[in-house]
This record gives sequence, structure tokens and C-alpha cells, in this order.
Amino acid sequence: MKFLSTNKSLVIGLGLILFFCFIAIFAPLIAPYEYDQIDQNSIMQPPSLKHPFGTDLLGRDVFSRMLYGSRISLSVGIIAVGIATIIGVVVGAISGYYGGFLDWLISTFINIMLCFPVFFLILSVVALLEPNIFNIMVVIGLTSWMGQARLVRAEILSLKERDFILAAKALGASDGRIILLHLLPNAIGPVIVSAVLGIASAILVESGLSFLGIGIQPPIPSWGNILNEAKSSLGLAWWLSFFPGIAIFLTIIAFNLFAEGLKKYLK
Amino acid sequence: MLTYITKRLLAMIPLLIGISFISFVVIHLAPGKPTDLVTNLNPKVSLEARMNLNKLYGLDKPVTHQFRMWFMRMLKLDFGESFSDGRPVLVKIKERLPITLAINIIAIVLIVIIGVILGVIGCVFQDKFIDKLITILVFIGFAMPSFWLALILMDIFCIKLGWLPVLGISSVDFDNFTPLFKLIDLAKHLVLPIFIYVFGSLVGISRYMRQSMIETLNKPFILTARAKGLSNRTILFKHVLRNSLLPLVTLLGLSLPGLISGSVIIESIFAIPGMGRLFFEAVMARDYPVIMGLLVIGALLTMLGNFLADIAYSVVDPRIRYKKS
Repeated sequence: MKFLSTNKSLVIGLGLILFFCFIAIFAPLIAPYEYDQIDQNSIMQPPSLKHPFGTDLLGRDVFSRMLYGSRISLSVGIIAVGIATIIGVVVGAISGYYGGFLDWLISTFINIMLCFPVFFLILSVVALLEPNIFNIMVVIGLTSWMGQARLVRAEILSLKERDFILAAKALGASDGRIILLHLLPNAIGPVIVSAVLGIASAILVESGLSFLGIGIQPPIPSWGNILNEAKSSLGLAWWLSFFPGIAIFLTIIAFNLFAEGLKKYLK
Repeated sequence: MLTYITKRLLAMIPLLIGISFISFVVIHLAPGKPTDLVTNLNPKVSLEARMNLNKLYGLDKPVTHQFRMWFMRMLKLDFGESFSDGRPVLVKIKERLPITLAINIIAIVLIVIIGVILGVIGCVFQDKFIDKLITILVFIGFAMPSFWLALILMDIFCIKLGWLPVLGISSVDFDNFTPLFKLIDLAKHLVLPIFIYVFGSLVGISRYMRQSMIETLNKPFILTARAKGLSNRTILFKHVLRNSLLPLVTLLGLSLPGLISGSVIIESIFAIPGMGRLFFEAVMARDYPVIMGLLVIGALLTMLGNFLADIAYSVVDPRIRYKKS
């Protein structure tokens, strides 16, 4: 537990992340109103005791909407990165371990994927399919595994010639056993760090999509689509853009600090 | 040098096939025929346009034939005609491309200059107050979503203070201005978008420069330079800075897709008639040929950018050319 006092970024990052997770899990208990509860008598109210973050164009409580919005951000971030990490680890491990033509094929495919401006690719797919939370998670996952794959490939390339792998081969271990039990556990550190960073960028992509109106569709609240509504009342309601913006900002900082702390801790 | 360029050019062939393949897969992702979705969701599409599209994609032919056709058309950059106004996609993209390119190039130049300066300051004043301040500032820029920053800045400078215009790239009576006023008008419209690009992207280069220069300072050849009695300034600018500047070329090549991606959000917010805004409009209108055209052209631009970065790198650092690729 000594690292807790020496590794400030880990502690602050993890603390913030746990705070957001707490909010997301207990949103229905904390929220004073329903996220889609329309109140015609309190439209565009500035923050007050009754509505801590004010109300929007339809008189909905921004505080409650943001609590529910945290569920969208976190779940999109975590699941999209989960998908990306699984693909990245499998593809990278195969490419690094077997080498040869397979490696060339996979590396070329990765280079091709990296040519596409990711946001263009995501927008195209989301526009073709329906823009719902499930599609958004999957599409972000499918377009962001390349970094992980490169990382795993490089780690495995440098590990596979080491003596303990040769020893495992000499003992007759199968390829699958070598990859799963001997190579991956040794390569997992950087993968975790890059996954944590990936969550931050996935959250950013989701809020960007929702901000453009192509992401999570109202009345379901997400931080991005609250900001989208703020755009139309620019200059009239600062609270509509301030609170969701700060929430996204703090989440990005939290995951980056946590990743930085993890990097230090794993060393 | 020539063999290196040929090698890099040959390496682009599988990329080209891959880019067309992925865009081909994307277009066939839609449930049913792409034309069904288009016609269902876009009432503007006439029967004629639908027939044309069917012909363009060769949807009645076998898949392998469809892909070959798609690939050949891509080589000619022929993406058919836009649903919304019937004009060729390539013409529409050509109109929009210069604005996006110009803004991105200005942004990249500023990012490099400011990033390098901040990196040098960070290295010189390592762990002092100013170094920490720079670190915090560039990190804030990185973590701030561009669209949020845009809303805040618009609120302050365009609405509260009224100093800058809100939308577009030029005023209504732009054509009547003298050249000098035209320039001022353009600058007033573009200062916020460019600031947002630059502020958000400083972290990469400034952090890299700082780290790389600090590492170089500990290398033996710097010790030699010191032993020779060179001044700190000469060592810093002639030996350390030059060494760290080289890999920047590759870093820039890698940042290209991010900037192109970012143009969708920034150009939509500020109503800048560039490529990103065209993409956004096409997505909203489900204008299929335009979406596909932009997706492919975006990828081709990135590929070309990386190619040029590689060539430039090999020009400034001959070691690269002789390394086994």
C-alpha cells in the first residue's frame, strides 16, 4: 500500500473514476427527478437549490440528466475498449508469434485501417446503421483496436526468442499454451495502460458523435447530446454547456492520470 | 533514394486495395441493398437516381465483379453523383477540399512552431515552475473536448464581447472589401477554429520535444561538445534541438488522420464550408455517394501524407534509406 502515498496520479485518477462509477451505478437513487421529466413551468432555469445544475429548454433537470448521462459515457467507454482490446490482443499475438506471411498480412491490414480518419469511418457506419448505444459501442471498438494489436505484436516479438519460451517449446508445450500462459501474461502491462487511455478517447468519440446529433438520441441523455442542446441556446444558458463539458473534461483527465499512475506502478 | 521511393510506392499498392476493400465492406453493411436504405430514408431520391445507383454499384452482378468495378472507379476517383443536388461527388469535394487543407496546414505549422518552443522551454527550465505550468496547460488543452471549448469561446468572444463573427468564413459583403480587409475578415472568422485545433494538439509535440531533448542532453556526444568548451546555447540549438527535430516529421504524418477527423466537428460548429462539414451534411442527408467519396479521399490523403512524411524523413536522415524496411 506504499504506492498510495507516492503515486499521486494513480490515487487521484482512480478516485475520480470510482466517483464517476458510483454516480453511474446509483444514478436512479441520487437523481432528484426523472431524466425525461418535462416541467413546462421551469424552462431554462439557472442553477438553484431545486435544480442544482439548472434546467434545459424543456424544463428537464440537467443534474438528473447528467447523472444518467454518466452511465452512457462509462459503458460506451468500457465496452468499446473491451471489444478493441480483445481484438487487438488476439490479432497482435497471432501476428507476433507466427510471423511470416500472416504477420505481413495482419500488419498491412493494420496500416490500412490506420489510413482511415477514424471519425469518418465511425460516422459512415453509424449513419448507415441506426445510431443507438449498441452500434456506437461496437463501431468504436471495431475501429480502435489497431494500437493494441501493434503493442502486443511488438511485445511478443521481443519475448518469443527468450530462453523461457524456448524451454517451454522444448518441453512440448502447444502454441496456444505458450501464447496464453507464457507470452501474454508478460505483455499485459502496457496493454492495460493503453486500454485505460482508450476508454478516455472512446468517451470523447461518443460525446463528439452525440454532440453532432448522430450519437445517443434524445430523450436518452448523454453528456454529448446535452452539449448539443446547449449549442442552440448559446449565450442564454451557460449552465447547459458548462456542466456536461466539465464532466467530460474530468473523465478524460481521470483516465489519463490513472493510466499514467499505472505505468509508474507497473515499472 | 530512387529505389527507396519506388519501394515506398510499391508498398502503397496493397494499401490502396485495402482502402477500397474496407470502403466496399462499409457500403454493404447496410441491411439489404444500400439503395434500399437510401430510398427508404431519403425521400429526395427519385426513382431515376435509384436506378443510376443500382447501375453504379452493379448490384445485380456477382460480388467479385462488384468489387472490381468499385476498385476501378476508385482509381479514377469516380464516386458517382450526389443525391442532394445531382452534381458529381468529386466536383463537390474539390470545392470543399482547399478550405480544409488550408486551415489544417496553418494549424499544423502553428502546432509545430509553438510545440517546439514549449518543448525547448520545458527542457531548459526542467521541473521549474514554468515547465510545470506548460505541462498543465497543454494537458488541459488535450483533455478539453474541442466542441466544448468551441462553445465556451463562441459564447465569450462572439456573443458576450461581440468581437468575432459567429459562423462561416467570410462576411456577407465580402466581395466588396479591399484585399486587406478581406484578409482581416478571413482572419477574424478563422482565429477561433484554428486556436481550437492548435490548443488541442500541442501536447504531443511539446511533450515529445521536452522528453527527447532531455534524453539527448545525457548522451556522450553532448559531453564531448561540453568538453570542447562549446557554450550552452550552441549545444542546445545546434546539437540537441536538431537531433530531436528529426522524428517530428513522422509524428506529423501520424497526426494527419486526427486533424481530418477533427474537421467534422469544428467545421460543423463554425459552419465552415470545408470537407468535414460536407461529410456531416452528407451523413445527415444519407447522401451515399458523397459519404463514400469522402471516406476514400480521407484515407487516400492520409496515405499520401504518410508517404510524403516518409520521403521527407529519408531526405533529412539518410540512415533511414539504408535500413532494411
